[in-house]
Amino acid sequence: MRPIIKVENLGKQYRIGARREPYSTLRESIVKTFRAPLARFRRNEDSGNTIWALKDLNFEVAPGEVVGVIGRNGAGKSTLLKILSRVTEPTAGHADIYGRVGSLLEVGTGFHPELSGRENIYLNGAILGMKRAEIDRKFNEIVAFAEIENFIDTPVKRYSSGMYMRLALSVAAHLETEILIVDEVLAVGDVGFQKKCMGKLEEVGSQGRTVLFVSHNVPMVMRLCSRAILLEKGELLEDGPSNYVTRRYLKSGTANPAERIWPDTQDAPGDSVARLRAVRALDEQGRLAHSIDIRKPVLLEIEYWNLQSEIRPTAVFHVLNEDGVRLFATNEFNNPVWRERPLKPGLVRARCRIPGNFLAEGLFTILAAVVSYNPDAVHFIESEAVSIQIVDHSDGDGVRGVYGGGSWPGLIRPMLEWEVDYGGRGTEKIGSAPRVYVSG
Amino acid sequence: MVSIRAGDKSAAVDLKSLWAYRELFYFLTWRDVKVRYKQTVLGVAWAVIQPLFTMITFSIFFGKLAGLPSDGIPYPLFVYAAVLPWTFFSNAVTSSGNSLVGSANLITKVYFPRMIIPAAAVAAGLIDLVIALGILIVMMIYYGAGMTWNLLMAPALIIITALLAVAAGMWTSALNVKYRDIRYALPFAIQLTMFATPIIYPVSIVPERWRWTLNLNPLTGIIEGYRAAFFGRPFDWDALAISAAITLALLVYAAYHFKLVERAFADIV
Repeated sequence: MRPIIKVENLGKQYRIGARREPYSTLRESIVKTFRAPLARFRRNEDSGNTIWALKDLNFEVAPGEVVGVIGRNGAGKSTLLKILSRVTEPTAGHADIYGRVGSLLEVGTGFHPELSGRENIYLNGAILGMKRAEIDRKFNEIVAFAEIENFIDTPVKRYSSGMYMRLALSVAAHLETEILIVDEVLAVGDVGFQKKCMGKLEEVGSQGRTVLFVSHNVPMVMRLCSRAILLEKGELLEDGPSNYVTRRYLKSGTANPAERIWPDTQDAPGDSVARLRAVRALDEQGRLAHSIDIRKPVLLEIEYWNLQSEIRPTAVFHVLNEDGVRLFATNEFNNPVWRERPLKPGLVRARCRIPGNFLAEGLFTILAAVVSYNPDAVHFIESEAVSIQIVDHSDGDGVRGVYGGGSWPGLIRPMLEWEVDYGGRGTEKIGSAPRVYVSG
Repeated sequence: MVSIRAGDKSAAVDLKSLWAYRELFYFLTWRDVKVRYKQTVLGVAWAVIQPLFTMITFSIFFGKLAGLPSDGIPYPLFVYAAVLPWTFFSNAVTSSGNSLVGSANLITKVYFPRMIIPAAAVAAGLIDLVIALGILIVMMIYYGAGMTWNLLMAPALIIITALLAVAAGMWTSALNVKYRDIRYALPFAIQLTMFATPIIYPVSIVPERWRWTLNLNPLTGIIEGYRAAFFGRPFDWDALAISAAITLALLVYAAYHFKLVERAFADIV
């Protein structure tokens, strides 16, 4: 079948001059022209302060494919999307696209705070490339999906941030192009609405439309995409079935360290309530741990700035296995002291202890978030904060015992209590089968 | 099919895609119109207040105190007929020139022909012009001047003025993305242009042998054209033709320049 997207030798170079003023002034360029009239032609030669955000990229996408693009921050995912959306131009190579492209690099692009919800639906729709008749037709559906029927004629500046997000996502979700390019825009909003959006995306994928979905949320990619592309430092590292590629991504060590720190509060995930500072996976002694013996406990630690004293933020960890299955979620408020803690701005450090002999072997990804309840709000979600490798050495006192053979089944591997009762009052009679009682 | 190529240097204006995005042009214009007078007490009255008070000020200082001639037309009327298109032009060029920088969030997130942005900024100003024209009609009836067939030329003049504003706006907005000097140079340049244009004075006070220099300014023919249209005077077709030709040339150049630098907008804005 003829591909619907064809990318050949695609590259994008950015100039990253150290401390260079982002905007040139007329005077500067006039002076430069006089000083070095030939500089203009030599410019390409000094490659010292340039960076290839994307390099020699080759791939094809068949019509109807749902492809996930994964990679660390700065791997070139967004650059790729920007080039395919025609927002920015490649420095090398080319891409051919056979169909109408709808791109969602951001939700609510072009929303105007002074305009009403109704007016913004039309404006935003037009910006995303929808025809007026198309918006007319879908108008009610968009409003219903966003659940803002009563506020449709209110200026969006009076909306709560949740309503604003829902409206923006709702318009985007109703875009009907042959190709849909989606950046990780779904990682916002309340959890219920996120689910709804995921459902909508699944629906889009099942309608035979081509979707390019950028995310570093592995489970989401696994759930939505049949195929994945792994980028690293601007280059294509892996291209194949999403199960395989995501596993490779998670295993490639670089995917997730045991510790992540956001030293700059301004750039850290968060909002006006809480901002993330650090997430760590530690061993019993509080040392950073990339891998931990299956028999030993794992300590998950989060540090976040509480920036206010009205809402009580609480930290959440989700633990996901390699298949993206969410094993469990645990919350800081499980600690009874949490509620009594004085509500004042400052750095909060919370630790959660996962007992030994509980997680199975393998690589676990930790999602860290800070949320608050009544009203429910998500202040940030770091979907792959850290990860931890659990290893079983089959030393004999683990769940596996000394069984060193193939894989041990089960999503978790708790060490449970067994009560064993032998027939014949402890005497082992030959010929009589032992009775075994199981409890625990 | 969309083909995205590195180093695509074609500067041809893609009229087909401009046409395909006509609805976006409409919505952006509509947004600018809607938003302009939000949360103002006087609202749309501002469209009239600005040229009206400019006219009164000019009439007092240049008409009464300086005693500038006005070709036998009452000075307030004479100056208002020029202040109207001038107000439109200067506002349009200012907002158009700053439009791209002001739309950075759109430019870095969504594709569409970028020309729509400065063009929509000009189009939004047309509404104000039409409202202010209503006042002129009232004044003309009051002074008993100029209800002639010449008025039929007014729409054509408005179109030329708008095209000239688009040309100037497109060029300055593109420059503004790279050189933020434009933001400071623009108001200043517009002010100077006003004095180089026969707004507060008639062309007739310029000595005959220097008139051609005035005609190099495309606004001269246009402004005189408005007066001819409103006051039933004969048109200076030569001057108008020169203005139209210069406008067209500027428009072509501005579009060419715009296309050349457009591709880098998202990276430098």
